Amino acid sequence: MSRYFTEEHEWIEVDGAIVTVGITDYAQSQLGDIVFVEVPAAGTVLKKGGDAAVVESVKAASDVYAPVTGTVTEGNGALEGDPALVNSDPEGDGWFFKLTLSDASELDGLMDEATYKAFVAGL
Amino acid sequence: MTINQSGWRPESGNAESADAVTYTGNRALMLEEALIFEIGDTETTGIDFTKPPAHTSRLGGLERNRPMGIPGLSEPETVRHYTRLSRQNYAIDLGLFPLGSCTMKHNPRLNEKVARMKGFADIHPLAPTQSVQGALEVIHQLAHWLVTLTGMKAVAMSPKAGAHGELCGVLAIRAALEARGDARSVILVPESAHGTNPATAAFAGYAVENIPATTEGRVDLDALKSRLGPDVAGVMITNPNTCGLFERDMKAISDAVHDAGGFVYCDGANFNAIVGRVRPGDLGIDAMHINLHKTFSTPHGGGGPGSGPVVLSEALAPFAPLPFIEKRSDAFHLIEEENASEDYGQSFGRMTAFHGQMGMYTRALAYILSHGADGLRQVAEDAVLNANYILRSLDDVLEAPFGPSGPCMHEALFTDAGLAEGFTTLDIAKGMIDEGYHPMTVYFPLVVHGAMLIEPTETESKATLDQFIGALRSVALRAKQGDPALKTAPHFAPRRRLDEMLAARKPVLVWKEPELPVAAE
Amino acid sequence: MRYLPLTQTDRRAMLATIGAGSIDDLFVDVPVEARLAGPVAGLPHQASEMAVERHFSALARKNMAAAHHPFFLGCGAYKHHIPASVDHLIQRGEFLTAYTPYQPEIAQGTLQMLFEFQTQVARLLGCDVANASMYDGSTACWEAISMAGRITKRKKAILSSGLHPHYVSLAKTMAKFTGDTLDAAVPELSDRTDCDRLLASIDGETSCVVVQYPDILGRIEDLSPIAAKCQETGALLVAVVTEPVALGAIRSPGEMGADIVVGEGQSIGVGLQFGGPYVGLFACKEKFVRQMPGRLCGETVDAEGKRGFVLTLSTREQHIRREKATSNICTNAGLCALAFSIHMTLLGERGLRDLAALNHAGAVAAADRLVKIPGVELVNQSFFNEFTLKLPKEARPVIRALAECKVLGGVSLGRLYPGEAALENGLVVAVTEVATREDVEIFATMLEEVLA
Repeated sequence: MSRYFTEEHEWIEVDGAIVTVGITDYAQSQLGDIVFVEVPAAGTVLKKGGDAAVVESVKAASDVYAPVTGTVTEGNGALEGDPALVNSDPEGDGWFFKLTLSDASELDGLMDEATYKAFVAGL
Repeated sequence: MTINQSGWRPESGNAESADAVTYTGNRALMLEEALIFEIGDTETTGIDFTKPPAHTSRLGGLERNRPMGIPGLSEPETVRHYTRLSRQNYAIDLGLFPLGSCTMKHNPRLNEKVARMKGFADIHPLAPTQSVQGALEVIHQLAHWLVTLTGMKAVAMSPKAGAHGELCGVLAIRAALEARGDARSVILVPESAHGTNPATAAFAGYAVENIPATTEGRVDLDALKSRLGPDVAGVMITNPNTCGLFERDMKAISDAVHDAGGFVYCDGANFNAIVGRVRPGDLGIDAMHINLHKTFSTPHGGGGPGSGPVVLSEALAPFAPLPFIEKRSDAFHLIEEENASEDYGQSFGRMTAFHGQMGMYTRALAYILSHGADGLRQVAEDAVLNANYILRSLDDVLEAPFGPSGPCMHEALFTDAGLAEGFTTLDIAKGMIDEGYHPMTVYFPLVVHGAMLIEPTETESKATLDQFIGALRSVALRAKQGDPALKTAPHFAPRRRLDEMLAARKPVLVWKEPELPVAAE
Repeated sequence: MRYLPLTQTDRRAMLATIGAGSIDDLFVDVPVEARLAGPVAGLPHQASEMAVERHFSALARKNMAAAHHPFFLGCGAYKHHIPASVDHLIQRGEFLTAYTPYQPEIAQGTLQMLFEFQTQVARLLGCDVANASMYDGSTACWEAISMAGRITKRKKAILSSGLHPHYVSLAKTMAKFTGDTLDAAVPELSDRTDCDRLLASIDGETSCVVVQYPDILGRIEDLSPIAAKCQETGALLVAVVTEPVALGAIRSPGEMGADIVVGEGQSIGVGLQFGGPYVGLFACKEKFVRQMPGRLCGETVDAEGKRGFVLTLSTREQHIRREKATSNICTNAGLCALAFSIHMTLLGERGLRDLAALNHAGAVAAADRLVKIPGVELVNQSFFNEFTLKLPKEARPVIRALAECKVLGGVSLGRLYPGEAALENGLVVAVTEVATREDVEIFATMLEEVLA
């Protein structure tokens, strides 16, 4: 398994043909208290860069983009009842959705953890 | 001598007892008030009705057979309930209300009086037009003032508020483009725009693209020009803009947009600053809404009703929405669907049932007639003077990002630069509540960090401004010095800071009986 | 000028503080060619309060006020008696001259009122939740169609022929731009609604069915069969109520299965005002709340744990979502919502029931009286306080002739449906508690005379 990061502050965990997507700890700290998360339903076809999910704090709504192209296999239903999971465990239980990886080459341009840390430090 | 036997001996008391807890939760004049659902009863009523005569029901067998759960109160309880609630509100009647972009000016009571005249307040929108000639004349007179003050060709009166007016203007642009077989897909909006602008453009089916601002807080003309092309339907520009600045290049912007075949929509929310001194028609504007509740003093009423007539250029006038009022020979006519085909065959249709916000027209016209053309010019001058006075009286203590580039118009913009670590614009706002003011607009526009946008309006005296300036200076200095008491302000308002996160995470939007489950649908 | 506190001395002192030589120096950013040298030409100058009041008094006298004449107009705007305390309370400056409650610590009055309003509206319409009001019933109706489209991700709405024609007209205007398909129809001048047409048209493409209750001709119909068919096909049922007083007598649309219920709230607390400002009611099932347009007030606590109220779920709104907002709507109808809420509090459930009974009884008696006129037929089997008559001749000239006789005798269908010959003899008559038996008698006598 390996983990990648985007400049839009999403993380991607690749496990064979399935990837799990969430937002980073830095992203949740910038958003503040998360009050609502809308995740895509299983079967939704996402294109890399397209809108995939919505995350809302009290005063801001942000779109989460699909970091890779694929079909959603599962949205994290737990976030509906407990959006605070995104604050408490963003890179674990607060994951957003899983999708099939249709083109592994799309991962090429993404950052690894060290690069992302450096990227955030430079913001 | 006579000894005082009543035991009444005045004492001056002890100032330390401010934190005393009361049985009721009240603090003298600050009275707590429960919800009507907690104090009312479904069998109580504050209105007496005569008993209906005997009759056979013809309700189609759908008589209500379940209770609603709507409590009533007697008249004295009702008056007290709402009077107590009212006292928990800040209002213009209480003091300076410097919300930038919102134009909280004095609401003259003459306006209220004329709006309540039976001949205006108690007439039906579908009454035969012969019975409402005076009402149609009011609309016609107001329309005349609006087109003359703006130097435009026509005005669509019916939009119900500013955002509704924006929609009207954008739909007119789209109708005009479609009429010439020109399908365009993009509306350009500056970064500093009101959120309603992009929302409106999207609602009308357009893609929205941002135009960047210059370092002087104005539309970047070169960037705009380079983006113009055959796919651009138009631009939506606020002028004076949301940084409180006049768009110096407005005429050049209009010319460039027109040359590229597009239209110019102006968000007229800030018309207050230029009324009587500048006619938007002279700047090449094609459509502009006018918030009667801003520039023309109709009351905001705790969030509406508004009214947003839209003035239109010659190019857009044929596409205006129904209905219209027209004077033909001696009578005023209402142009609706049935007779629109004669002169208004290109109208894009109806935006609301009936004819718009009559109750706001009477108020706005009363204000306009009171001021006259000369007074309205003075309105703009005093509004701009007051804002610049605030700008220059505070720019030594708060950063005024565009101060060095020249005067502002009707509102002064500051940022949170230089506050102590951990202190924010929000803390200053809440501190101003304790000083007895409604805070300024905060965190808008989005183009500067921690924005504070202050619009005093022309209806404030110099003494009021001086006190406000002193108060804001004091609070700003506390924020710069890191006074911890500011972080927990307000201390003296009816409520302390409210938990908006809780409200959004677990929305409670209606009251529910604590013990009884509410029937599911 | 009486609304401007600054004196010339103040202005000079302030210019000096600013460092400007004259007021013109503050307008330097205006292009030279657009600067006006003096007041806009061709318009009068300032006027005293007395002069302005006189101007309006003269104009007001040219109108026939409902209170001064036998009055029977409805069709989306109704005259009811509004208790004196309603207008007194809404004129308190703390309500009248407040802004949208963005600073909740000093706006609890407006916020608590909105929370109470939302609860009253939800209960009245039979729904779980309601918003803090819309511009009016017609715009609320379009917003409901738009919301149903967002929820179902479908673009076809079916409109009942009994929906107010202005509401249909507005929806058609909007649909032209949004690409929605509207299946609308004109009513028949009979007791038969187009329920069968609606049931036959609903399919897997339908986003919603919009039914007015009672409808434009005053007819009352059970919405349950339509709700059931909607449920089967995944469409939503949108019910429109233009006369909320009716709900004191008949079942709420929510309890018959409507998913979204919108309405015109003018009838309660807000006067006729020639069409505005009014107050749009908007309620729905709880599961749709995040797709709702408009402002919402919610309960919370403050830092000391005291109950308080705030505007909430504002991320749906334009100032945050911008081009992705559920609607471009910015304002609501706060003061009209307050008037509605105060009137509703004075009524209470019992008062609303009594008021509705009084309206229905008066309408039944009036219908019985009017059908005694030779050639006049009652179209409705069922109605609340408004019914449709079929006259022996075109109704529109009759209405004008009645107005000459100082009787405001209803709304002609010719006005609402221009060009529809089959409807031109139709006259919609509303009879509320303000119409006395004498008013009805005068109306009947004059109508008979005009028809003769």
